[in-house]
Amino acid sequence: MGKQINVALIGNPNTGKTSVFNALTGLNQKVGNYPGITVEKKEGVCKLPRGVKAHIIDLPGTYSLNASSLDENVVIELLLNKNDKDFPDVAVVVSDVENLKRNLLLFTQIKDLEIPTILVINMSDRMAYKGISLDIDYLERELNTKIALVSTRKNKGISELKELIANYKELSIEPCMNASSIDEAYFSSLRKAFPNQLLYKLWLVITQDVNFGKTDRKTIEDVTNFKTKTKADLKRLQQKETIKRYQFINDTLKKGQTIDLKSAKDLRIKLDRILTHKVWGYLIFGVILLTIFQAIYDWSSVPMDFIDSAFASFSEWTKSVLPEGAFTSLLAEGIIPGLGGIVIFIPQIAFLFLFISILEESGYMSRVVFLMDRIMRRFGLSGKSVVPLISGTACAIPAIMATRNIESWKERLITILVTPFTTCSARLPVYLIIIALVIPEGRFLGLSFQALTLMLLYLIGFGAAVGSAWILSKVLKIRSKTFFVIEMPNYKVPLAKNVALTVLEKTKAFVFGAGKIILAISIVLWFLASYGPGEEFNNAEQIVTEQFASNNLSDEELQQKIASHKLEHSFIGITGRAIEPAIRPLGYDWKIGIAIVSSFAAREVFVGTLATIYSVGSDEEETIKNRMAGEVNPILGGPLFNFASGISLLLFYAFAMQCMSTLAIVKRETNSWKWPLYQLVVMSAFAYIVALAAFQILK
Amino acid sequence: MTLADLKRGEQGIIKDVSSIHIPLKLLEMGCLPGNAVELVQVAPFADPMYLNINGTHLAIRKETAIHIIIEVVNG
Repeated sequence: MGKQINVALIGNPNTGKTSVFNALTGLNQKVGNYPGITVEKKEGVCKLPRGVKAHIIDLPGTYSLNASSLDENVVIELLLNKNDKDFPDVAVVVSDVENLKRNLLLFTQIKDLEIPTILVINMSDRMAYKGISLDIDYLERELNTKIALVSTRKNKGISELKELIANYKELSIEPCMNASSIDEAYFSSLRKAFPNQLLYKLWLVITQDVNFGKTDRKTIEDVTNFKTKTKADLKRLQQKETIKRYQFINDTLKKGQTIDLKSAKDLRIKLDRILTHKVWGYLIFGVILLTIFQAIYDWSSVPMDFIDSAFASFSEWTKSVLPEGAFTSLLAEGIIPGLGGIVIFIPQIAFLFLFISILEESGYMSRVVFLMDRIMRRFGLSGKSVVPLISGTACAIPAIMATRNIESWKERLITILVTPFTTCSARLPVYLIIIALVIPEGRFLGLSFQALTLMLLYLIGFGAAVGSAWILSKVLKIRSKTFFVIEMPNYKVPLAKNVALTVLEKTKAFVFGAGKIILAISIVLWFLASYGPGEEFNNAEQIVTEQFASNNLSDEELQQKIASHKLEHSFIGITGRAIEPAIRPLGYDWKIGIAIVSSFAAREVFVGTLATIYSVGSDEEETIKNRMAGEVNPILGGPLFNFASGISLLLFYAFAMQCMSTLAIVKRETNSWKWPLYQLVVMSAFAYIVALAAFQILK
Repeated sequence: MTLADLKRGEQGIIKDVSSIHIPLKLLEMGCLPGNAVELVQVAPFADPMYLNINGTHLAIRKETAIHIIIEVVNG
């Protein structure tokens, strides 16, 4: 078998490019990052006829080869670099049959790069519905390509596409038009200066300042002695180029495509009349959000309780089966409760990503952006900030990456800075367990107090985001062009396969990403809690026995006293006691202090840490929740987790910046340590003050 | 008149686009002289505007729309 064929999938956003990718690769795909940047890299393997295999890359969606964002840069950088190991043997340009005219712009540019190119016309099942008919032979001739009519929804045309990829060597690499006629003189001098280089490649490098190999804009302009053009002149030429390309496309489609408007039906208009309506639009959006939150709360509580108790019994079972010793106790008291703290997330995260991917796949998210733009602008944000703020309820990391399509730097920066306030799924376990402990059961208007509290916390998070955005918009002195354009795609019923793959892959990424940190921290914590320096720890048994000699304690009570004495004088106990003065005014003891400190790496560690700390030295099989309910405040007496300290903790977690991964992403996206540090200090200080005030008022 | 003056349901033809104020991306999406434009829907305060330009549905802000000169075709 020969080498794999490298295939690059390229296309405008909303053309169903990812559906084509999923249809070709199925589960044989993996998601990573391009080295050094946070752009998602999706690749997979596809079996072609006659035993040939193809390595397929799903490149980020782009409207043209004139990149205006990091994601789009990836596309041109790959296409310009022949030495890249992923450089495509064949480019597959995916277009949507309803937007063929616009989609072909990118196609003509890629043809100019002289890469063998296949044109996929996707969503062909919509042709009859829209009254569109195509003269494929004519289009193939004019565009110098092979066309695959594909419907991923109806699973049609995929095998034809595979056949075309396998036979890529037969494809023409002739451009389908001559773009250099926009300025003959300029282009011919360019050709003279670099006779071995592709003309269009040079043009792309000159206009966008990207590097390919050793050639960049400066070296081109230094070497050639023709007059350098100004930025404005170049932009005018780019505009001319765009017009030229559209002329060619219009001429081609005039003969190759007929649209019978009489037989065309349009669902879009009917739906948009309601969904983007001045009143109904907002009402529907509100109802959708409420439904999502209620569903996440209701649907995930059962599997979460199950996971919680399953891990408690698993830990107990391990202890009873394995011989006693350090390894068993590390497993039963460190690793298993730590793992439980990860697995318990899966239901919520899966549900959140399920809803978010349905909103995006259906085309509804763009309508929300449209509806919210004016309102968000008042707070210094963009309508496009809504998407990060909503997906921030799953995780701030993908949310911050989703800000890339915000055109104005100031609006984008503000969105990045305030997104960590939204209630991410890592806060949920902390919220859920504390709510269960301190908020009484009962109902108000049919909604439980506990669900209402959770909803309130979401609102507080959102309010903090919007409020701080408003302040930032007044404080930050950044001049940047405000510009906003968003495509309003057709409504589509989401493809189950796409949604399922997104949910699977995002959940996996989260569990393994966060899981590694949590597991490592829980092992370290177990060591710190199981060992200690000095007499007090090593002779705990003797000290406690002597101390309580006259109290007539039962054996069991005595063992507990010894265990807690040991914990207090272990390494972790000593650290916790050292910071206790700072957190006592907030209503916390040193154990909560340890949990807060360890959760500075990631919020979700909080519950796992408490689980580890409380299970060290304890024999009984108990859920985390019951253990926490049994804790007594050492100074004030009464349960440690009462209403005042509970509310204080909830508010602390609502505002504090406790996620190293988010800080790392913010550093990457803003390209400076200034903004993440600013976030860390301001958010944590605010969290401390609010939590302090809450406890002092409520106690 | 400019695109910002278009009423809901009205159609026009783009006459001129101020290239300093309009980013390339919008041109690439079809906002070019000679193309037809229709106002599909407006958000409260008529901003942003939901347009159909040459078959592409997109939304832009009013502050961008004032830099696009059009001629109304039918009301």
